[in-house]
Parts: sequence; structure tokens; C-alpha cells
Amino acid sequence: MALIKINGKEHEVESDLSILEAVRGEGYEIPTLCYHPDLSISGGCRLCIVEDVDSGQLITSCSTGVTEGLEIKTASERVERARRSVVDLLLSDHPLDCMICEADGNCTLQDLAYRYGLNESTLGSKIDPRFEIEHDNPFIVHDPDKCILCGRCIRVDNEIQCSDAIDFINRGFTTRIAAALEKDLGDDDSTCVFCGQCVEMCPTGALTYKPSIGEGREYNLEHTETTCGYCGVGCKLDLKTRGNKVVEVGSIYREGTPNPVGEACVKGRFGYEFIDHPDRLKTPLIKDKETGEFNEASWDEALDYIGDKFNQIKEESGGDAFGALCSARCSNEDNYLMQKLMRAGLGSHTIDHCARL
Amino acid sequence: MKSLEELKEIRDKYKNEIQIRKKEFREEEHIHKAHVMVCTGTGCVSSGARDVVAEFNDELGSRNLEDEVKVVGTGCHGLCELGPLVIVYPEGTFYSEITRDDVAEIVEEHIIDGQIVERLLYEDKSGKKIAGYNDIDFYKRQKRIALKNCGKINPESIEEYFAEGGYEALGKVIDELSPEEVIEMVKDSGLRGRGGGGFPTGLKWSFAAGAPGDKKYVICNADEGDPGAFMDRSVLEGDPHGIIEGMAISAYAIGADEGYIYVRAEYPLAVMRLKKAIIDAEEYGILGDNIYDSDFSFDLHVKEGAGAFVCGEETALMQSIEGNRGMPTPRPPYPAVKGLWGKPTNINNVETLVNIPYIILEGPEKFSAVGTEGSKGTKVFALTGKVNNTGLVEIAMGTTLREIIFDIGGGVQGGKEFKAVQTGGPSGGCVPKEHLDLSIDYESLLDVGAMMGSGGMVVMDEDTCMVDVARFFLDFTQSESCGKCTPCRIGTKRMLQILERITQGDGQGGDIDLLLELGARVKETSLCGLGQTAPNPVLSTIKFFRDEYEAHIYDNYCPTGSCDELALPYWIDKDICIGCTACVNECPVDAISGERKEPHVIDEDACISCGACAEICPVDAIFQK
Ligand SMILES: Cc1cc2nc3c(=O)[nH]c(=O)nc-3n(C[C@H](O)[C@H](O)[C@H](O)COP(=O)(O)O)c2cc1C
Ligand code: SF4
Ligand code: SF4
Ligand code: FES
Repeated sequence: MALIKINGKEHEVESDLSILEAVRGEGYEIPTLCYHPDLSISGGCRLCIVEDVDSGQLITSCSTGVTEGLEIKTASERVERARRSVVDLLLSDHPLDCMICEADGNCTLQDLAYRYGLNESTLGSKIDPRFEIEHDNPFIVHDPDKCILCGRCIRVDNEIQCSDAIDFINRGFTTRIAAALEKDLGDDDSTCVFCGQCVEMCPTGALTYKPSIGEGREYNLEHTETTCGYCGVGCKLDLKTRGNKVVEVGSIYREGTPNPVGEACVKGRFGYEFIDHPDRLKTPLIKDKETGEFNEASWDEALDYIGDKFNQIKEESGGDAFGALCSARCSNEDNYLMQKLMRAGLGSHTIDHCARL
Repeated sequence: MKSLEELKEIRDKYKNEIQIRKKEFREEEHIHKAHVMVCTGTGCVSSGARDVVAEFNDELGSRNLEDEVKVVGTGCHGLCELGPLVIVYPEGTFYSEITRDDVAEIVEEHIIDGQIVERLLYEDKSGKKIAGYNDIDFYKRQKRIALKNCGKINPESIEEYFAEGGYEALGKVIDELSPEEVIEMVKDSGLRGRGGGGFPTGLKWSFAAGAPGDKKYVICNADEGDPGAFMDRSVLEGDPHGIIEGMAISAYAIGADEGYIYVRAEYPLAVMRLKKAIIDAEEYGILGDNIYDSDFSFDLHVKEGAGAFVCGEETALMQSIEGNRGMPTPRPPYPAVKGLWGKPTNINNVETLVNIPYIILEGPEKFSAVGTEGSKGTKVFALTGKVNNTGLVEIAMGTTLREIIFDIGGGVQGGKEFKAVQTGGPSGGCVPKEHLDLSIDYESLLDVGAMMGSGGMVVMDEDTCMVDVARFFLDFTQSESCGKCTPCRIGTKRMLQILERITQGDGQGGDIDLLLELGARVKETSLCGLGQTAPNPVLSTIKFFRDEYEAHIYDNYCPTGSCDELALPYWIDKDICIGCTACVNECPVDAISGERKEPHVIDEDACISCGACAEICPVDAIFQK
């Protein structure tokens, strides 16, 4: 443990923490953009600065460890002036189109502008975009004009997903995030696997999900924690719905799950389109033995038909004559009931599922 | 080579070879008739030094003199502007601007007949010919420690380095001193980092030595990215073994067994000489396992840089060696604790390291006898800009700016008025006339808003616009920013945009305050030294030349006439004008009107100050306001 002083008050904190972790742990607020607890430290955004009373320096709390006797100010005039200038600079290079931005209500930059009362930058506004929006693939839209270069997308890609699909390119004011050879994420040269973790990490609207555009902002959506049924890993996912429609799949960051830092694969992240697909079967079909054609039937008809057949087979050949294969595209509840039907209802252990990872 | 004794034997053997270049030896002891030292630094090579060497060899060969006269390619002498330079020993005669065609004459007259070739001698400001290398003002006032071997030995010959006492310091360290004693000596010398920060070198070594870990690294920072700087290049090209020896000593002191020299890929000659030097040292057993038959082993690699200014910043440099994009990382952790590949690492600049063998051999007292209270030893500067003698100079710390610029540099070109000197490269500041007597040391320069930096020194005369100077340096730093942190990436860009509008005549009231405010924020919030110092040229020019900024902004006027958009309009003196109409046709924007044979007038608002009219006027009736 280390004894430190925060804004003049003494606190005893774990000595292996960063100042940021320690200070937040004690209930103080420090804004951040580039920091994420699951990623390595960047130190790039400079928002988390605090004043080190001893040296009189502004230091980044995310990258500096706690030391015994440390004394810091987290919200002095000097600190707030410096933070405000960082936000001011970011806003001077950011389109002010929150009204139509997918990230509205879920954007750290917007929160910071609100906090510092900046409805635009004191240094002038960005009128013309500097970059083109990249959206040649079906899943992820990248708008470099909204990027604040926190590098969280790169770090999650390199450190968690290990795809090495994106990195910074160019220098200075022209720096931006790009995939291999500055081509689209979906290009043949790209190693992107569309896990979507970069989008999850992005604190602004620079990275968004293409299928979710126009489907509602964060505050319109309901969250349902679920377990992905596509394979046996059992990743936790945050299914976001609006009305009765699944419109986005978010990450859940929780120790002890199979995907503790929000990992997902392309199927888990984007494979929900079938739910509302027009080609989907909506009524049962019964095959006409004469013609070989499937004909639409009512649920009562279909259930009667199956029930009769099941009883007949079970009588003639016993439960072991049944086998069932169920699908990842049904809900987990459906799959549970299916195995119940097989085991308890029909007395068979021959039940399997398409996800066999 | 197994011991210091063996080294001394080799040294003595080669010492005879080079004693002809030393004053202490009498003529009858000379092995050769003459040594012809041709500078083969990058500057002289680009002005034809290789041809001169070839010609000397041909000429001497054809006269069967090749055994009696030795032709030696050396490192840089500093006066690159006058290259190729040739020095002939035993006399030590200094010839400048030598071409192929001059070679036969030197061989014939000087080497064979013993007559100095007057025509090819260096000429000083007053037109006097000076024969002796050490009699030239430019050299006379310098103090050479870091550059002591540059120009004096053949950098591609490890034997010549031995002859100058090379690798004895390393032998002494291994044989007689503990790592702690070495660190104490470096501490006592007062040596501070020459890469820009000026951190005490011995203290830095003690951190790396004290850091726990069995694998440690040493790195030589030879990235030298400051525009116009070539101090380190000259050492790399002229004395590569000096750097290797310094590194080996630092490795011994901190307990490292592996090192990297991170050198700009734009320095091919330096890379080539370093690689050769490493191979030669390995062959003599001075690098590799069990050096001088001790437990100390040291392997050295050359890593060519990726050509970004920011890669000279130590954490970005290590990222680059590791194969990542050269972007700085926050400190702490410092390299001494967590450096290359997460291991304790000591990183020093070229010039810092090349001072080390001297300190060990001559003793820290001798080193610290030179310099000021807080800044010991010497510093190498690349003197450029509007000064008569541009080149590389090494001076004792505490020398004044006036001495460098006027005594060594020979004053301002064309007899113009001195205005300011920019020290510390793009991160430094401008020092005006009133501080010319400032002593050159780390603290004094910081006090006036400039800095030592790595040793750039640009002299500016009365025609230089200080706003434009600030814009120039900021343009460099902002485009070299790595883009990682917000204040540097966006802040320097915004500052540059303000400077651009001021120099283009669109300055706005409040711009100066805005620059001061932005500059202060960028300095205090940037991640690395690049951003933390980038505003310096702006802040220091505002501090000393605020009136120039104000003239641009409020009077729409550039006092030096450097900013095209702010040049003053032309006018016609109606008493002289003969109404020839020549100017009317010349004006590209039709700003001139008037009847034939009547005085003409220029519409000031339309005039773009191109001066075409004044040039064509047959009676010189047109003037600028
Ligand atoms: C933007 C930037 C560029 C730098 N470039 C160089 C360089 O080219 N050479 C150098 O030796 N040090 C350079 N430095 C300083 C290094 O970070 C480091 O302090 C130095 O190599 C330490 O060596 P020293 O203690 O011997 O000076 C640079 C620093 C910054 C911030
Ligand atoms: S795209 Fe988003 S996550 Fe990536 S650097 Fe930009 S703002 Fe950060
Ligand atoms: S100060 Fe500039 S160069 Fe240094 S980390 Fe920040 S952006 Fe990169
Ligand atoms: S959160 Fe610390 S620098 Fe970004």
C-alpha cells in the first residue's frame, strides 16, 4: 500500500496501480480518451494529466505509477486549462455533426465538449473534410475525419485480436489509421477478420457498424446479454435491440467469461441479419409425397402430423430411433427445449448441434 | 589481442607510421617523406575528394613515390565549404578547394621540391594566405576533444586509431577499474549529454547499472535529424572507433553485453565506416566474447534509421529498433529501467560517447578543467546561415556567442548587421544581439529561451524576417510530429496556420496572444521533447522581436521585406518620370496609368510589389515605399 495525497486529502492505495486507477478507485473523476483498462498504455491523448505537486509538472496519470508520498491535484485550474485546450484542439479538427452522427450519446469527445462548454473550437471549426470515408466492405465504416487518433482500435487489433490489420500511417497532422497498403479493411491484402473490436473501442464516431447505420443510437437501444450460439466457445455478447429487432451486437467486458475483453468473431458480431430476412420460413411446410413438393401448413396441422409420427415411431422402434440436429440460428432457449424434447420426451440421446467447436 | 600489453605493442608499431603528422618528432625519425591527408568526409567527397585521392595515387605512382609518400583519406575537418581540403605533413600545410588539376602541382612543387604552393593556400578575410593548419582563425580558437581524431587519422584504419592511443581506455577500464569506478569517473568529469537534454551522463549510467536485470543494452543515438546539423555525422565518419570504444566502456559500466548504433540511413558513408570499424574491432578481439581475455563480452550492431526526425527521441528510437513505428512512449518508465525490448538500456548521443575514452585516459579533472561551473568540456556546433565561415566548430563550454560568430565564424556575410542566432535547431530559440556575450552553456541558453540542443547554430542577418524564421522551424517540427499526442499533432498545426496567415498579411489582432497561449499549452502537455520544445522558436522570436510581429499584423508590413504578400507598393517620382510608358506594358496587373510624355502613377491598391516596373524604367523613377 502507498499513502498518497489527492487534492490535499490523504488516501491509502494499492502501490502497483497507476495514478489514474488509484485516483478513480478513490472516487475522483479523471477524463480519458486513449486509456482502456484492457489495452497497453499509449499516453497519447493527454487528457488524463494531473499536477504533480512535488515537481510542479503536469503528468499523465494513465502512464505514471503510484509512489509513496505522491501528492497530486486532479482538477486544479492549471490542469483544467490544459485539458480544456486538448479538447479545444480536438474539436478544431472534428466535424460538428453530432445531429446525424451514429455515435451521438455514446461519444467521449461529445461528453468532453459538453463538460468544457465548447460548442465549437475557439480556434475555428473544421468546415471541409480532410479525408474520404472508407466503406467498401459490408461491415465497418471508417471516417478518418472523426478520428481523434487515440489508437485504441490499433491496440485492440494488435494486442487482443492479433490481426495486425491496422496501424497509424503518415506523420503530424496528416496521421491517420489505415489498413494494409491504405486499402479497405475488406481488401485482399487486409488481414482484418471483422471481429468488430475496433468499433467497440472507438470513443467517437470514427468507426461504426455499417449494418447498424440509421437503426438507432445508443440511447434508443435495449441491451440483452446473451451467449453466442454459433460455436461451443460460448462468448458473451450484448445483443442490442430496438423494438423487436436486433440492430447491433456489442461486447461485454467481464473477467471469467470465455471472451473477457470483448472478443468476438465475424459471425457473432455480424451474423444476425437472417433474423429478419425476408426469405426466412415463417410457416411450417409439409411435403406432399405424391408430388414431392413442400406445401405451407398451419401450426396445428404440422404439430398434429409430427405428434402422430413421433408416437408411431416410438411405439414401433423405441426412443433410440430418433436423432435431432439443431441449429445455431435458433435461440438458446429453442435449443434447450429441443434437447429436452429429445431426452425427456422421446427418450433419445442422439441430439446434436451444428456448432461443434 | 589478449591484453593491454599486446595493444600497446601494436600501438607503438603504428605510432611510428603516423609520427610525421606530429610536431614532437624530428625529421630524421620520419618513416615517410610526406603524408597527404585528403578529407573524405561527406562534404569533401561531394565536392570531388575521391577524385583527388585517386589523382594523388596516380601521380605519386607514376613518379615511383608511392612507398615514400602516404595518401590518407580522413574524416571531416569542419571547413566543408572550402573542400576538398588537403593537408600535407610534415609541414602541416593546409590547402583548400583542391581539384584533380591541382594535384600534380602539389606533388611537383611541395612534395618533391619542398615549395609551398601559395596559390592553393587558404585565404583569410583580409586576403592573407595562411599555410599552417593551426594558424587559421577558424581552427586556432577551437578546442578539440570530441573531434580530436577527425581529420587526423584514417577512419577506416583501426591501426591508426591504435596509434593515437585508441582502445587503451577500454583496456584500462577492464584491467584496472570496477564498473562503479568508471561511473564515478564519468560523474566527476561533469560530462552532460550532448544529444540535446544535457542530462549528466554518469548519473544516467548509474541508473542503468543499478536497474535489476541480467540482460542490458547500450545504444548510441546517431540519428541526427536536426536540419543542417552534421556534428555527429562528422564523428561517425571521422572517428568511428572512438564511438565504439565509448560504447564498450558504457556497456562495461552498466553491465550490458550488447549494443546498437542507430544511425540515419541517409548517412551511407557513416554506415559503411561503422560497419568496417566493427568488423576490424572484432578481428582484433576488441568486440565479441571475453574482451582482453576478461569476463566482459560485448556485441555491437548497426541499425539504420527510418529517416524520421522523431526517431532521434530515445523512446521512439527504441520502438524503431524493435521494428515498430517510431512513436515515443511515455516516460517513466525510463530506458534505464525499461528500455529496448523491456530491458534496462543506456542511450547516449554520439558526441557524448566519443568524449568517454578521453575522460578515462586523461582523467576526469582534465576534462572538467575545460568549461563552466555547470557545463564541462567542449561542444561541437554546426555553424551555418549568414556567417562567413560556415562549418563545424568545437569550442570550450563558456565561449561566448560573439567569439563563435565573429572570431571563429568571421562575422556576418557581406558586412551586414548581425540580427540573431538560432541555437538548438528546430526546438531551440533565437538569441538576439543584446545577448551576444552570453556564455555558451546549458543553463545560460535556457535562460534566454533558447537551448543547447544537439549543436545547430544558424546565424541571421538584418534581412531575416523573424516571423518567417519561426514559421520555417515550426513548419519542420509540425510535419515531423509523429502524430501521437493531441497538442503536438494539432497544436503545432494551428500555430503554424496562425504564423502563415501573419506572414501572408492576414494576421489578426490577438494572434500574438493566441500564439503565446497555444505555445504554452503545447509545451506543457505534449508527450515527448518534440512537442515540448516545438513552440520555442515562436515564443523566443515573440519575446525578442515582438515589434516585427506587430508590424506584420497591424501595419501590414514586413520590416525586412521578406514576406512577399507584405511587401510595400511602388511609386513613381513624377519629377523624374519621362512618360515613356515602358512600365505600363511591364506591369502584370495593370496597376500603372498615365498619358504618353506625362508622369505616370501606380495604383497602390492594385500593385503587387513585383518590382518589374522599377527594373524596366530607363530613368530610375520608380521606388518602393
Ligand atoms: C524530437 C527529438 C529528437 C531527438 N533527436 C536526437 C538525435 O538526433 N540525436 C541524439 O543524440 N539525441 C536526440 N534526441 C535526444 C534523445 O532523446 C536522448 O535524450 C539522447 O539521445 C540522450 O543522449 P545523451 O544523454 O548522450 O544526450 C532527440 C530528442 C527529441 C525529443
Ligand atoms: S478510429 Fe476511433 S479508436 Fe481508432 S484511433 Fe480513431 S478515434 Fe481512436
Ligand atoms: S510530442 Fe509530437 S512527436 Fe512527441 S509523441 Fe507527441 S505527437 Fe509524437
Ligand atoms: S488517457 Fe492518459 S494520455 Fe490518454
